[in-house]
Amino acid sequence: MSVLSSSQHTVIINTGCANISSVKFALQRLTQNVTVSDDPKVICAADKLILPGVGSANSAMESIEKKQLASCIQSLAQPVLGVCLGMQLMVTDSQEKAHQSDLGNTPCLNLIPGQVKRMQVGDLRLPHMGWNTVEAVEQTSLFKGIPQGTYFYFVHSFAVEVYSHTLASSQYDMPFSAAIHRDNFYGVQFHPERSGDAGATLLENFLNL
Amino acid sequence: MLARRIIPCLDVRDGKVVKGVKFRNHEIIGDIVPLAEQYAQQGADELVFYDITASSDQRVVDKSWVSRIAQVIDIPFCVAGGIKSVEDAGRILEMGADKISVNSPALADPELITRLHDTYGQQCVVIGIDSYFNKQSQQFEVYQFTGDEKRTQNTGRLTVDWVKEVQQRGAGEIVLNCMNQDGVRQGYDIAQLRLVRDACTVPLIASGGAGEKHHFYDVFKQADVDGALAASVFHKGIIPIPELKDFLRAQGVVIREDFVPTTS
Repeated sequence: MSVLSSSQHTVIINTGCANISSVKFALQRLTQNVTVSDDPKVICAADKLILPGVGSANSAMESIEKKQLASCIQSLAQPVLGVCLGMQLMVTDSQEKAHQSDLGNTPCLNLIPGQVKRMQVGDLRLPHMGWNTVEAVEQTSLFKGIPQGTYFYFVHSFAVEVYSHTLASSQYDMPFSAAIHRDNFYGVQFHPERSGDAGATLLENFLNL
Repeated sequence: MLARRIIPCLDVRDGKVVKGVKFRNHEIIGDIVPLAEQYAQQGADELVFYDITASSDQRVVDKSWVSRIAQVIDIPFCVAGGIKSVEDAGRILEMGADKISVNSPALADPELITRLHDTYGQQCVVIGIDSYFNKQSQQFEVYQFTGDEKRTQNTGRLTVDWVKEVQQRGAGEIVLNCMNQDGVRQGYDIAQLRLVRDACTVPLIASGGAGEKHHFYDVFKQADVDGALAASVFHKGIIPIPELKDFLRAQGVVIREDFVPTTS
């Protein structure tokens, strides 16, 4: 693994979810300067940003609203990588909502057009949990050095379908977006921080953007 | 294609990895972090760390090793043992674990499963079930406090009923420990796992009984489980993980390939 520029500052946006540590440790294995923050000043000054997230879309969006981070994140021009739920928060809205809620879809950050829907997988199990193969739609810098069919680790029950912003796709009874992209915003449905050397390569590619 | 998972389980006591037979007579295998690193390098798809004394001891257990593992391990891992509350689970997840597995405390307070689901999401809520075939009743029954011989007891619950209930309450994965088979390396309990598979729409992990490579093939092929957990065959070097994965691939089981970067 090459050592990245130590002057680069990577900030993990603290969305209020419990397990940010694994993302932080994974980045610290690649680069020196990693901060977890929910301070808009720190976030805006970062060179690279990670939008992590586990849990549900509605609780994560509530936390982002409470911390008044939505407009800050929407104004970012530097590369941002959404991971798992963090990726799902990047699109327009999500079908995932509070338990027994009668409200409509959960509005998300709308950084990339699109909708998160519950996966339709027939007789297969949900959550979609484990290592699955990923096919990049075209050769991009995020997937540099990563061959087609590389295994990444997934844990999710909701997904974005394959569409014009899909950067890579995967298959679990139905095809779905494994990675999406628009402008400076990148999102991955899998967990690169838990995907061994393949994940480390992807994170390093992101830090090198 | 989603790969079937090979999952070494490391039983932890006082910061050391131990292994007993039928949950008893524990011997020390080694230190946690180097063992975890070794398994990750060998191609384990996931790791489970099971604090075997925690639930039965009624004491606060030092879990700082979770953070030490999270710093060096880049595959998913689950921590089990002594997680009795949403706060306990939160601490383990904050230290970097991907999932928490709850067994006896969920039996004492089934509502805990729902609270864990609502707070941290279904994906990190694993329910461990210790199931034993009762020859008298001819039924599979759920046991608790299996970490301590003196306190181990039949809960009076039927395994399949409990499997259905934990899913309704928000479990994201089930690990079925087939106690009759544990540690004796005679093969997984295929009949029981098939029965549970039919009642289980979340990922199901088989535990207890692995002794030979074909036992893994049998459990994937015949019981359609998502992962196979084993301890002693890995700790004692009886089955090297790379050899096991090659064997399963040759038999047509979908197994994760090692990452080989392209050099263009």
